[in-house]
Amino acid sequence: MRIQYSPNIRIVEMTCTGNIDHRVILNAFEEGADGVYVAGCLEGDCHFQKGNFRAKKRVNAVKKLLDEIGLGGDRLEMYNLSAAQGPRFAEIANEMTAKIKALGPSPLNSPAGGCCGCSKEGATN
Amino acid sequence: MIIAQQKPIKEIAAMIADCKKVLLAGCQGCVAVCLAGGDKETEILASALRIMRKLEGNPLEAVTYAATRQCDPEYIVPMDDLVKDVDAVISLACGVGVQYVAERYPDKWVVPALDTKFIGGSTVHGVWEEKCGLCGECILHRTGGICPIIRCSKSILNGPCGGSQYGKCEVSKDVDCAWQLIYDRMKALGRLDKMMEIQMPKDWSKSRDGGPRRAVREDVIIE
Amino acid sequence: MKYLSKLHKILEDGNFAVTAEIGPPKHASAHGIRHHAEMLRDYVDATNITDCQTAIVRISSIASGVHILDCGIEPIVQMTCRDRNRIAIQADLLGAYSLGMRNVLCLSGDHQKFGNHPTAKNVYDVDSMQLIYLLRRMRDEKKFFSGEEIKEHEPRFYIGAVANPFADPFEFRVDRLEKKVEAGAQFIQTQCIFDMERFERFMEMVRERGLDQRVHILAGITPLKSWRAAKYLQTGVSSMLVPDSLVERLKNAEDQKREGIEVAIEQIKYIKEKVKGVHGVHIMAIAWEEVVPEIVERSGLYPRPKVDLE
Repeated sequence: MRIQYSPNIRIVEMTCTGNIDHRVILNAFEEGADGVYVAGCLEGDCHFQKGNFRAKKRVNAVKKLLDEIGLGGDRLEMYNLSAAQGPRFAEIANEMTAKIKALGPSPLNSPAGGCCGCSKEGATN
Repeated sequence: MIIAQQKPIKEIAAMIADCKKVLLAGCQGCVAVCLAGGDKETEILASALRIMRKLEGNPLEAVTYAATRQCDPEYIVPMDDLVKDVDAVISLACGVGVQYVAERYPDKWVVPALDTKFIGGSTVHGVWEEKCGLCGECILHRTGGICPIIRCSKSILNGPCGGSQYGKCEVSKDVDCAWQLIYDRMKALGRLDKMMEIQMPKDWSKSRDGGPRRAVREDVIIE
Repeated sequence: MKYLSKLHKILEDGNFAVTAEIGPPKHASAHGIRHHAEMLRDYVDATNITDCQTAIVRISSIASGVHILDCGIEPIVQMTCRDRNRIAIQADLLGAYSLGMRNVLCLSGDHQKFGNHPTAKNVYDVDSMQLIYLLRRMRDEKKFFSGEEIKEHEPRFYIGAVANPFADPFEFRVDRLEKKVEAGAQFIQTQCIFDMERFERFMEMVRERGLDQRVHILAGITPLKSWRAAKYLQTGVSSMLVPDSLVERLKNAEDQKREGIEVAIEQIKYIKEKVKGVHGVHIMAIAWEEVVPEIVERSGLYPRPKVDLE
């Protein structure tokens, strides 16, 4: 089975989503990702019992943080699927790609650095 | 341990709004255990601040360091080189650590990233509760091992007050009445007679009311 | 016997005492206090003046006491431990005595969380038990709270305390009352009684210990304006017990206010006749002081005994 999915996805392999902490996600954004999604095992199927549930909580915490700092929590999502669900994997990849494309590139990647060029002098509060 | 929690990130960002480069100094003591200021939290905060500032078009250089603990000056010394060229130090230690850092670097802007909350422990991972009021003269032997100074909302020594109902404090249904707990324990221990002794007012001069406190052990002071 | 106050004499003479409560206003005019005092003067033996009840800023208890005295009623100054340390409590009470106040009621005080200054720092330097003990010692042994001697003019208060038979642990409530009596409490005012059965069980335990022989217990009575008020006390206020039957009775009444007054009168008559060991009633008509005269009169407690202390 050869399934095509968006070529813009960079996969970072982790041993288990339970091993993903806030830093990994924030790092991805700082390194230039326009969006990040965490693909965990189906709920109830975690080899380590609760790894994907823990990841879900952390993802939600980072979404909140992204909202607070202005990058936007909707650039981050978590999905659950099994290793056997190839078509679903491609579907999620395409879905996430479409969503992020709609949001536009991460403002962190714009050459000026600013979100819209409105604050070239920097924040002064 | 000392329980602390991170301030809202916008407040922290405002404290260093005019800085171009900062050092985030974590602490591997209590605040690492309560997941507020260890190396992990320090790196997360650094990352978040960098993102925030980049979005504002005013990039921030944020470097990190995690001291073994900040409440012993000798563990702050290794930060000297890192501190040299920053505009500010954000300490993720409790209030003690922030002050030691500020003392060591008199010409640096040193700010706290945490709110130091209380002395307590964890009930489950992620939940901490206050257990000690630091009153300076422990009375737990008189109250069945439950501290009314801090766990009773009114610090009453001859409780429970009239606001105790169904085991809860009048202040909130989420707060156990410390004196109900004391009563239950004294009863189980067969020592209810102890509850009939009138406890005299506390000597608050041993607490912070007596002025800032010092503890000295002559025999271990190194000249 | 030298009586400490009018209330003291009334209770020691074996009269069934009547006290009421006046809540000072949230402004700087004593007009309302004086109005209520004039109205209550002939119907009660003394009135409590609350000390920023529910932690809401009001005219102070002692300042209000001056107005009430001026209107010819004996005040019972409420002193909570919430807002003053041992220095301020003593200073205020020395002042209160100098102004002619003779009764003091010692309470812990409601926590500030529910008042209009929830961000305030609370004090609780001493608790109500310690306050009772230290005031008694001040009077009987002429000592400041610190133990230092009071050389002359020690305040000689008639000391009151509160008891809440509806708080938990129930079995410790009588123990705690005994503790207050040991500390020096001479009269006790109870929390508002709505659950008569529980109050009777409490009094039974009080009598078993002989506490009714050692302290004068005044039963707390609160007339309810409506079934909503009853429901609020039942669900919204800690350490009150309001039976469903009472809520229903008010709900089904044609005129709820009238019914509330009837209930209060029935309660007073019942307590006076059936509950042994109770030496008076304390009527807390919260923001409804004007109904007190009718309640007192129709409960058969009018006229009040005339007392001349001199």
